Amino acid sequence: MTTPRRVRRQHRLAWIARHSLAIVLAIMFVTPVVYLFLISVMTSNQALTSDYWPDTWHFENYVRVFETTPLPRYLLNTVIYAVLATLFMLLSSVPAAYALAKLRFRGRNALFLTVICVMMLPPQVVTVPLYLMWARYGLTGSLAPLIIPMLFGDAFCIFLLRQFLLTIPSDYLDAARVDGCGEWRTLLRVVLPMARPGIAAAALFQFFYAWNDYYGPLLYTSENENAWTLSLGLASFHGVHHVDWNLVTAATVLAMAPIVVVFFFAQKAFVQGVTLTGVKG
Amino acid sequence: MRLRRNLTTLSFLAPALVGIAVFFLYPLLSAVYFSFTKFDLLTVPRWVGPANYRRMAEDPFLLQSIRNTLWMVVVFVPVRIIGAIGLSMLLTQLKRGAGFFRTIFYLPALAPPVAATIAFVYLLKPGTGPVNTALGHLGIEGPLWFNSPEWAKPSLVLLGLWGIGDIMIIFLAAVLGVSPSLYEAASLDGANAWHRFRYVTLPSIRPVILFAAVTGVIYTLQYFDQAAVAGSIASGQAVTGGGISTSFGYPEGSTFTYPLWLYTAGFRYNALGYANAMAVALFVVALAVTVILLRRSKAFSGEDQ
Repeated sequence: MTTPRRVRRQHRLAWIARHSLAIVLAIMFVTPVVYLFLISVMTSNQALTSDYWPDTWHFENYVRVFETTPLPRYLLNTVIYAVLATLFMLLSSVPAAYALAKLRFRGRNALFLTVICVMMLPPQVVTVPLYLMWARYGLTGSLAPLIIPMLFGDAFCIFLLRQFLLTIPSDYLDAARVDGCGEWRTLLRVVLPMARPGIAAAALFQFFYAWNDYYGPLLYTSENENAWTLSLGLASFHGVHHVDWNLVTAATVLAMAPIVVVFFFAQKAFVQGVTLTGVKG
Repeated sequence: MRLRRNLTTLSFLAPALVGIAVFFLYPLLSAVYFSFTKFDLLTVPRWVGPANYRRMAEDPFLLQSIRNTLWMVVVFVPVRIIGAIGLSMLLTQLKRGAGFFRTIFYLPALAPPVAATIAFVYLLKPGTGPVNTALGHLGIEGPLWFNSPEWAKPSLVLLGLWGIGDIMIIFLAAVLGVSPSLYEAASLDGANAWHRFRYVTLPSIRPVILFAAVTGVIYTLQYFDQAAVAGSIASGQAVTGGGISTSFGYPEGSTFTYPLWLYTAGFRYNALGYANAMAVALFVVALAVTVILLRRSKAFSGEDQ
């Protein structure tokens, strides 16, 4: 039986319509970044106009923004914050997630529910008491109040890692235990290699969270410009360099760039991580 | 033997237990206590009973901030969910380039909120921005976007739609997980594309919709970064420098969300007792929303699957 021509034509039209829609949407999604980039290579004067296209291309703006603003400082602070937060989070959260997923103990469900509640807690609820606590130890004005807590577990990452560890069959762990491995050795030797994608996803989330964080650095470091991160610096550039929009946009593009690079290297782990946190509904 | 096993378990959990106690329980209980006191950064908390809560009832700024946050919950959350379902349905229908389009739609979700907000304020600049210039070519006079009290929140919604990728990925996985036999059965019954979506896809992904709705509400309740940065950049003032901007809520308080008022009350007006009363109210609402998710969702039940 052959498909009638009319139906075939309808199918083809639907195919074209869907792909055209996807292309139009894709253009809309990339426009903001392309536009930012085009402004960033204009002269300061042209950046003030409604032009889309640079008359002359000034890639040296990317060097100038490093030389004329405290961007290197902001970048360094952001890297320190993101790297330490990620490392500390892994050290503290992987064992906790393992216990929640694979060990039996009294109060496990209650503890898991508590982790969910911590994860769902808007940060503003505990902002004032925590700020006062860090102020008492003289640590406000630095990024320490954002890094130190990562040594004590991050609720979202514990949740993510636990969901991932549940997918590892317990048979492997039992086999290791029969061979005389203690729980710590089972975790290090058997579970960690198998959990690499989940750990990568949690690490990426934590890294991006710290890299993008604005509320935390605003709360703790706004009094001390030496501790500012990229997000904080970007938001204040506008006041200091309000005419040099080409430089502001160059800095904005630089803040986005590492995220894109990391994503392309670790896309699979990342997408899997997003899926894990939501799909089991 | 049993003791040793318990000690081992404890060694896995100790850091997280300390974290929950120090960074969750302690500040939460402190917030409740502080909410019945009056103090600033230089004075000791003085017990005032429910005065802070009484003050909340007649605070015009609070009313305005609640109205803005409610607007965001009612508009922002459904728009994001509908958009994400639409995009994920489109992706599953594409025969070519689905992976490429998925990446394009997903990437903006990773952009730093401050950078994304700056991009959108430039894009939507009333005088010289490309969006209004393009609209001008079509003979349409574009709105003032972030500079207009009516359009500032819709502009934030546009910004949120740009970053829709994370929930789109979750919906995509859910849509792809729907059993093909259900679609075949529906097709045999003569269902068209809309019926298949309405009676097969939608019921199957209902738990994910609930998840997206609850996390969306929680996210909107703490909506701070984009509102703060959009207000300050659109108004032409820096947001930091001492940390507190006078431009919060610009224009005319239209982007003044609940967390912005909490932050301002606490760290600009030094009304720390009052800020804690607002924090406790926020906690009660967030907890109520979370309980809905916990009671309806398997993933959060704590049981082994």
